[in-house]
Amino acid sequence: MAALRFMLRAAPDQRVDLAALVPSRLAGIDRAAIERLPIATTRATLAVGDLFRVRGEDAESVVIEGGSARFDRIGEGMEGGTLRVEGDVGACAGRSMRGGRLEVGGSAGPFLGSGMRGGEIEVGRDAGDYLGGPLAGEVAGMAGGMLLVHGHAGVRAGDRLRRGVIVIEGDAGDAVGSRMIAGTLVVCGAAGMMAGTLMRRGTLVLGGPAALPPSFVEAGAPDPVFVRLLARALGGLSRPAARLLLRRGLARSTGDNATLGQGEILWPDSVA
Amino acid sequence: MRGVTRKDLARNGVRIDDSFAEAFDMRATALVITAPTRRWAREAAVTMTGFATSIIGCGAEAGIDTELSGEATPDGRPGVRVLLFSASTAELQRQLVNRVGQCVLTCPGTGCYAGLDGAEQLRLGDGLRYFGDGWQISKKFGGRHFWRIPVMDGEFVIEGSTGLTKGAVGGGNLLLMGRSAAATLRAAEAAVDAMTGVADAIMPFPGGIARSGSKIGSKYKALPASTNNAYCPTLRGAGGTALSPDIASVLEIVIDGLTPDAVAGAMRAGLAAVVALGPEHGAVRIGAGNYGGKLGRHHFHLRELT
Repeated sequence: MAALRFMLRAAPDQRVDLAALVPSRLAGIDRAAIERLPIATTRATLAVGDLFRVRGEDAESVVIEGGSARFDRIGEGMEGGTLRVEGDVGACAGRSMRGGRLEVGGSAGPFLGSGMRGGEIEVGRDAGDYLGGPLAGEVAGMAGGMLLVHGHAGVRAGDRLRRGVIVIEGDAGDAVGSRMIAGTLVVCGAAGMMAGTLMRRGTLVLGGPAALPPSFVEAGAPDPVFVRLLARALGGLSRPAARLLLRRGLARSTGDNATLGQGEILWPDSVA
Repeated sequence: MRGVTRKDLARNGVRIDDSFAEAFDMRATALVITAPTRRWAREAAVTMTGFATSIIGCGAEAGIDTELSGEATPDGRPGVRVLLFSASTAELQRQLVNRVGQCVLTCPGTGCYAGLDGAEQLRLGDGLRYFGDGWQISKKFGGRHFWRIPVMDGEFVIEGSTGLTKGAVGGGNLLLMGRSAAATLRAAEAAVDAMTGVADAIMPFPGGIARSGSKIGSKYKALPASTNNAYCPTLRGAGGTALSPDIASVLEIVIDGLTPDAVAGAMRAGLAAVVALGPEHGAVRIGAGNYGGKLGRHHFHLRELT
């Protein structure tokens, strides 16, 4: 069966909620019914068929041809299958994912992977602020799965990260890993100010110089067994991340001692 | 008399009993132990599998399955795969945590990982993490769960759980009989060397060889097992012997495997090695121990393995 394809007719003139276009919600629905699904977020009514031409039938493999920074909640609640977007996406892509794979060819807006518990997200370019982070009022952010950003990420990536792995191959904004509860976050490039601020536990790996909060303390070198284990696990996912972990002279700081203090930041010794 | 049949086969001058090894269902698991060098991976594995020859007195039967290069281990260091068997899941769990806690956690530089996939799991690091006294770190990535436990030489990295199989088999065996103790030992060594190359199987006795084969029961009520007098050369005159006059020594090789096929494969390899050695330098006869087929549901017939 051919993949179920949504071909963008024209750029949307309002923000649209594409949470309905995930494999589990499209399974068993015929094409006409799919085209009638409402996706508007303003008073102006809009259905899938107004925005996309729909082709194919395999709901386990969904492709959206053409993207927009106005495409919100793409892949929200995915439990399986694959969803590929050939372009940009807006806010909350992959939010609360449980399984499956979301691929974004372009850039993603804020709260990418927010609250996800499983599955994989891969973004070809950049991610916005609060990558994997919680929405207002939520206790924890990302709690499982894997999130890979080939470009840069905005501020507070990995905020309240609880479990799972985030890899940012480019640079990260200020306060990356803020309030981390646990989990693993690797930034292959440079990080902004206050990396790891108020992190309780977890592992934050930085590829370049960063200004850590003063409540972190030097703790020698990281244990090579864990670092090698992590590098091997990430090797098939992100070569820059694996290379960073395997480079000599990684230093380790622990903190944030303004809170529990059982987190760790690994970074190249030359900038420590 | 246990395992004695009168109809013999012969291969390369070595008589082979038309008999079978009777083996039992067991619970089993496997671990991969790594270390900075092969020496220390082996030290940990040898210590952990010590005093694990028979579940009768040790609670578990264990041994080294194979050595692994860095390419085959999770952390890229040299490693050893260890198999551990017991009669019940509860006892296997207890033995696993005790042995890893006392023999692998304590050994310099080691790491410890699951060596078996299984729908059911046994606690590994999940049972040992508390040694970290609150400083232990949980890490989940690549679909696996690890614990990092701070120790005095760095961190002990251990996987949270390892697989359990309920389809393991314990008690495959060969009885090697020779004209002298030296020739019999030579045959047993050749057999063990050949069987060591079979995956998923171990020979839990010292060097893979047991000299004190046992029968069930004893004239002393407290003993569950006692010497296998039918195969003791010095008791040949006492009646009930299974030995012909030309046999001066008997050694037994016991095999445990993760599957019946692994046990059969090891027995096949051992038989071939002893047959190839021939009666002049090794064993003149090969037999197998059984209980008449009434106790264990796995029967490994020598005729089919030869």
